[in-house]
Amino acid sequence: MSGNGTALLISRNFAVDKMASIDVAMKNGAYEQLKRALKMKPEEVTQVVKDSGLRGHGGAGFSTGTKWGFIPKDKFPRYVTVNGDESEPGTCKDRLILERDPHLLIEGALICAYAVQAERVYVYIRGEYFYPTKVTANAVKEAYAKGFAGQNILNSGWSCSIHMHNGAGAYICGEETGLLESMEGKKGWPRLKPPFYPAAIGLWGQPTIVNNVETLAFVPRVMEIGAEKFAGMGSPKNGGTALYSLSGHVNRPGVYELPMGTPLMDLIEKFGGGIRNGKNLKAVIPGGSSSHILTAEECKDLPLDFESVAARGSMLGSAAVMVIDETVSIPKLMHWMVRFYAHESCGQCTPCREGCDWLLRLSKKFVDGTARKRDIDDMWEIADNIDGKTICALGAAVAWPTKSYLVKFRHEFEAVCKN
Amino acid sequence: MPIPETLKKKAEEIVFRYPEEKRQSALIPLLFEVQRELGWITPEAEEWVVETCGSTSVKVREIITFYSMMRAEPCGKFLIQFCQNIACCLTGGEEIQHHIEEKLGIHPGETTKDGMFTLKCVECLGGCSWGPMMVVNEDQYFQLTVDKVDRIINGIKAGEPVLPDNPTPLLGNVSGERTA
Ligand SMILES: Cc1cc2nc3c(=O)[nH]c(=O)nc-3n(C[C@H](O)[C@H](O)[C@H](O)COP(=O)(O)O)c2cc1C
Ligand code: SF4
Ligand code: FES
Repeated sequence: MSGNGTALLISRNFAVDKMASIDVAMKNGAYEQLKRALKMKPEEVTQVVKDSGLRGHGGAGFSTGTKWGFIPKDKFPRYVTVNGDESEPGTCKDRLILERDPHLLIEGALICAYAVQAERVYVYIRGEYFYPTKVTANAVKEAYAKGFAGQNILNSGWSCSIHMHNGAGAYICGEETGLLESMEGKKGWPRLKPPFYPAAIGLWGQPTIVNNVETLAFVPRVMEIGAEKFAGMGSPKNGGTALYSLSGHVNRPGVYELPMGTPLMDLIEKFGGGIRNGKNLKAVIPGGSSSHILTAEECKDLPLDFESVAARGSMLGSAAVMVIDETVSIPKLMHWMVRFYAHESCGQCTPCREGCDWLLRLSKKFVDGTARKRDIDDMWEIADNIDGKTICALGAAVAWPTKSYLVKFRHEFEAVCKN
Repeated sequence: MPIPETLKKKAEEIVFRYPEEKRQSALIPLLFEVQRELGWITPEAEEWVVETCGSTSVKVREIITFYSMMRAEPCGKFLIQFCQNIACCLTGGEEIQHHIEEKLGIHPGETTKDGMFTLKCVECLGGCSWGPMMVVNEDQYFQLTVDKVDRIINGIKAGEPVLPDNPTPLLGNVSGERTA
């Protein structure tokens, strides 16, 4: 239990000394759930995960068990790819799992692989994560040495290998089909969907489960406490807890494991210690930089789960909460935000490639004080021309926040216009 | 420059991770290792990677130009990747970035005359709760202040580098600490 009375599920061993080494991890229960899973039928494991209400923590919040169930019946070989790209601005929780409890992730990934009868797991970690990669790679070696990976795992008759794979600097490789392209040794250009849903047509054209690091780390805990208890910990349709990455102008930034549906203002005030330097709250970005901004008013009485945040016109995304105080100029925030997407657009679709660049140029004018009022409407229109007209969701990921900043804080943009 | 034996061994290990006929998947990890070992992807090494992965010059070029961490030219001995994204900017990152620029006498994208430091402003490095942050070569540093940055850079110059923040410190309730 943590100090706030919430049971910690995936972070409960983060502070255990040398938890990344397998002996310490096993003393703390690592791989027990894999052993149990191997005694069950694969489809029973999938059912437990489905019933638990576990949803993807990579951004889209899709039901994890349902995704596993999409694997076509007779198509082999199959793969599991762990999405450790962690590049959505504001998101900084997967790194803790990779550094602090990599065996939990490996166990979860292997349980997933067993459930979908995959023969290989790839752990894709962004290139900038040198230390997290080093720790996780070592844990993979240890797992092999103990017979949890490789041939005939624990005499179950099932074999599965697990391998590391690194990215090399590209946010778009977090998008699951961009990630698969990157894994195939290509530039990370997202694939057209349909038909390329990874569960059916994934890595090298084969059925592939792509799950986020945190999602898979939850799997052993779901097995441990059972689907019903896990489901009961969260809010309706949102099972369990989540790692909320809290950053920006709070007194106690950090990663907080709290039940799905924890009120946003509790996270900011009770856990985050309130706004720093005695300032007032201006706005919150609730689910990574791709989410619509919320005004201080909109933050009230908002449970942080997928449905509630969506109902307020934004999204929970990767549960990366960025807190913005009254001293911040929203046009400046806009500039920081679009600079990211302009840098990260993969260039495949014209509206996104050209639009992001144009947004960047216009946003710079607001920072430099050379913008005209017309530029506000131009930015909105550019964003609207990207929205829904691109191959991947990066288009929406820049269009939505852009529109929301412009609409909700129009007065701030007008105030810095020359004419 | 001939390909060092260590790199050849590493290549075997990397290629082994993929099915025999999918060797092209080793491209990115292998190019990454090349520049870890050699500092950058030399034309000779690029050719060697093409052959090792059974790929083509065009495909390898495509990767080198697409991924922002790939370097087809030499950079300073110490590459500073400084985060310029929202959370780090909110907590004073820009000020610290300017301090680094002044201290080293270079702008982002440039290398100091003595070839020691290259400064690169990059997007979110996944350490937002610990911002501002930077990665120097393979070492991560969090909660940067002007003073901390001075210590890190002076430490490198003096050959006594400041220890990186490994593992990432626990902030928040994930350490089980009392928060309320
Ligand atoms: C532009 C873009 C970037 C993304 N980046 C990440 C990422 O860094 N990490 C991640 O786990 N998912 C990311 N996703 C979501 C993935 O496409 C995918 O939905 C996720 O990995 C599925 O895993 P989950 O069901 O466990 O969440 C991104 C999506 C988009 C559109
Ligand atoms: S929307 Fe942008 S990032 Fe996504 S595929 Fe198109 S150009 Fe690439
Ligand atoms: S915003 Fe700087 S590390 Fe995420």
